[in-house]
Amino acid sequence: GPLSEQRLMDVRLGQLPAWLSTRDFSPQGLLGGAQKAWSSYYDKYINVKRGGPAGISMLLAGYCLLSYGWNYQHIKHHRWRTYH
Amino acid sequence: MNLTLFDQFSPPSILGVSLLLLATLFPALLLPSPNNRWISNRLSTLQSWFLLLITKQMMIPLNKNSHKWAAILTSLMVFLLLINLLGLLPYTFTPTTQLSMNMALAFPLWFATLLTGLRNQPSISLGHLLPEGTPTLLIPALIVIETISLLIRPLALGVRLTANLTAGHLLIQLISTATATLLPIMPAVSVLTAIILFLLTILEVAVAMIQAYVFVLLLSLYLQENT
Repeated sequence: GPLSEQRLMDVRLGQLPAWLSTRDFSPQGLLGGAQKAWSSYYDKYINVKRGGPAGISMLLAGYCLLSYGWNYQHIKHHRWRTYH
Repeated sequence: MNLTLFDQFSPPSILGVSLLLLATLFPALLLPSPNNRWISNRLSTLQSWFLLLITKQMMIPLNKNSHKWAAILTSLMVFLLLINLLGLLPYTFTPTTQLSMNMALAFPLWFATLLTGLRNQPSISLGHLLPEGTPTLLIPALIVIETISLLIRPLALGVRLTANLTAGHLLIQLISTATATLLPIMPAVSVLTAIILFLLTILEVAVAMIQAYVFVLLLSLYLQENT
């Protein structure tokens, strides 16, 4: 179909800038995109009949990585300290 | 840049914008909202079971009038539990280590219990200031003491939660630093410290859950006194 209707994973790498220009970057658009991403993750990994710890564990691991990214500016000073 | 031990408690920020709100709201993601199905998924079932358990346990000693507090006490319990437990993951931020947040939780709720008691049954609430059977001579002193202990409750609630979590996180950071630093120098001592760290982490998980429970339990106790 047309470029604007394809999902992110179906877009080819060369078409990525064109695809990005068709997306809605207003606050409502971003919020809607975040909501869509969360509900597709939730429906695929957590909202299943026989789910296990994997769905939540992936979410928590992602949260740890995100927190690491948020704190990186602070953590990078720890690497070469002489006295901890 | 001043690197102190307490730097781990500074809220995360991107380009100067504080992410405190995001870190505080993250536990909401882990609690799926119930849909119309009777049994939707295992996480929802687990959540419903747990919520029913704590609500039932909490509401048993309270009388009918205080059952309207069920929603706020249960949600407070789950909120604190999740925030405390999430703070034990590496690099995460624990909002309950900030005294400001704990006081913001403790003070209004305690004050609400006090006002409920004073509005609906003022003599009984004031009567709590004097325990039964005290000798007559001691009455003035005891009333002063009981008033002070009443007024210090919100402070105690907030500071208890803050201090327990902050101390736990600090200990974990110190002992893990010791383990990592000792590893190239004295591996045997490093293994010992690693065992201590393991035991401490188990303790911290327990403390996280217990502190949330104690906070809500004491609030429900104050409510019980006043309704």
